[in-house]
Amino acid sequence: MSKNKSKNSVVEWIDYRLPIFTFLNHELNEYPTPKNLNYFWNFGSLAGITLVVMIITGIVLSMNYTAHVDYAFDSVERIMRDVNHGWLLRYIHMNGASFFFIVVYIHIFRGLYYGSYKAPREILWILGVLILLLMMATAFMGYVLPWGQMSFWGATVITNLFSAVPLVGESIVTWLWGGFSVDNPTLNRFFSLHYLLPFLIVGLVILHLVALHRFGSNNPIGIDAKGKQDTIPFHPYYTIKDLFGLSVFATIFAAAVFFFPNFMGHPDNYIPANAMQTPAHIVPEWYFLPFYAILRAIPDKLGGVLFMFGAIAVLFILPWLDKSPIRSSQFRPIYKLFFWILVFDCILLGYLGAKPAEGIYVLLSRVATGYYFFHFIILLPLLPNIEKTRPLPISISKPILSSSSFSTAAAVREKK
Amino acid sequence: MAKKENNNRRDFLVISTYAFGAVGAGSFVWPLIDQMNPAADTLALASTEVDLEPLEEGQAITVKWRGKPVFIRHRTKEEIMSAKKENLDNLKDPQKDEDRVLNEKYIVLVGVCTHLGCVPLGQKTGDVKGEYGGWFCPCHGSHYDHSGRIRKGPAPVNLEVPNYKFLSDKLIRIG
Ligand code: HEM
Ligand code: FES
Repeated sequence: MSKNKSKNSVVEWIDYRLPIFTFLNHELNEYPTPKNLNYFWNFGSLAGITLVVMIITGIVLSMNYTAHVDYAFDSVERIMRDVNHGWLLRYIHMNGASFFFIVVYIHIFRGLYYGSYKAPREILWILGVLILLLMMATAFMGYVLPWGQMSFWGATVITNLFSAVPLVGESIVTWLWGGFSVDNPTLNRFFSLHYLLPFLIVGLVILHLVALHRFGSNNPIGIDAKGKQDTIPFHPYYTIKDLFGLSVFATIFAAAVFFFPNFMGHPDNYIPANAMQTPAHIVPEWYFLPFYAILRAIPDKLGGVLFMFGAIAVLFILPWLDKSPIRSSQFRPIYKLFFWILVFDCILLGYLGAKPAEGIYVLLSRVATGYYFFHFIILLPLLPNIEKTRPLPISISKPILSSSSFSTAAAVREKK
Repeated sequence: MAKKENNNRRDFLVISTYAFGAVGAGSFVWPLIDQMNPAADTLALASTEVDLEPLEEGQAITVKWRGKPVFIRHRTKEEIMSAKKENLDNLKDPQKDEDRVLNEKYIVLVGVCTHLGCVPLGQKTGDVKGEYGGWFCPCHGSHYDHSGRIRKGPAPVNLEVPNYKFLSDKLIRIG
């Protein structure tokens, strides 16, 4: 299994000159993977596959889409009614964006729960946060393309966030728009960038994988694999597990596409954009709601914008905020509790983002926003001082501890 | 000594090469960035004329200027009074009503909320007009008074008064 000794002479001839087969064999076949990964480790490959689905459906949608304010809405309606299978392609792309975020959010919370951002995986984690940012930009600009009411007003509100920048804010917004309001130049550039950014994401995903394969996957107990007895080859064990996960995912995805294609969308986006009238309630796509809630929780325009971006910025420095050397929550009873509070907090923020900014909702948004930052900035750095962690197992193969088998190495680690 | 001079000469060459490189790269990047600013034809569309003749007291119309709504309201006596007598200390962005109109009967405003750009309600008769009777932005709850001044909510400044002038008694040109 160590070297790619193919029997095929053509493969060998190529591999000698361009070691692509050796590379693939190394990274996807024999690649040693911790043997105890659970189903939360499926979401990385699911995210990758969803990205490919988005790119493929996006390219064919572009063949039928017209990026002009007078035609964009109608061209999308034509895709829905007249283009062969157009409805299917659009519904896959439209729901695919939502599923992409579901998968990536689970992937991120997996990382938070099992401490996957800790040394030596900091850069891996940072690349992931960058991917999240680019995904958000891509999804935001994609949502503008059908040029419905929510497209237009979502674009207006979000681009206006930049007007909060002191001094140059207005110039930045005019520059983003290419005019004095969201209009044809805006639509054109958003289409261009919406086409481009997913390919930049592909580039980041490759770097993400390079960083991953440097030390291999983290695992549910968060201790390093200590040799062959702790790992299994990626193929066939995880290829088959990923494929099984994919079939389950694809079933749910298909159910959404065929039976509830507009469930996660907003009906107002089937009304053509009208620059003279704002819909009664502007809400962003669901995957932006927690951030939108943070934006509105702060009573100051610039402050709101800073806190909203800050909510992602804290993720970049998370590996240095969390001072505990223990990765997995399984051995951190207090962190585990607060992890679930954070999950609840984020869901609450999402709920509040969809509600009008008045009365009790404003108060709750402030509390939930405060808690979000408290978790990352105050709790995580201080927690190791008070938390009594559970003893770590000796290795992945010997997860069960008897007091005699409690290795000194693990004890030292734990004390730190 | 000779060596030192040589070093200075090297440094000079290196630094000036970087400097020229930076200027060259910058002058290539600038057109790439500046192409996103409004084009000449977009700038050329910048003025609109409006006839105020049909606008009765208490009525409002919305016209489109540079892709944005402009609110024009023929204010009633009471509305003018309430806008004028407002104590400036109560305002977030203090401005006298006189400084926001050319003819106090007509208030002309860019109908774009200064918070994040929604179009406030208050032009149509049935609209919610907010606690100060002018306009109300439903997006995040900004209340404006009869002079379009921000009174309550997240918007930082008053509704913008566009550049306009009276061409005759009842005809204005915006922009
Ligand atoms: C990161 C991957 C991507 C995400 C998250 C994404 C997201 C979106 C979203 C949310 C919409 C609006 C759907 C709707 O409501 O109709 C959209 C539309 C669109 N996207 Fe993408 N997209 C991605 C990749 C791509 C790529 C790679 C292309 C082109 C090569 C593309 C081309 C289009 C086109 C032409 C539309 C307009 C048609 C329509 O609205 O259905 N997308 N995208
Ligand atoms: S856009 Fe008007 S209150 Fe936010």
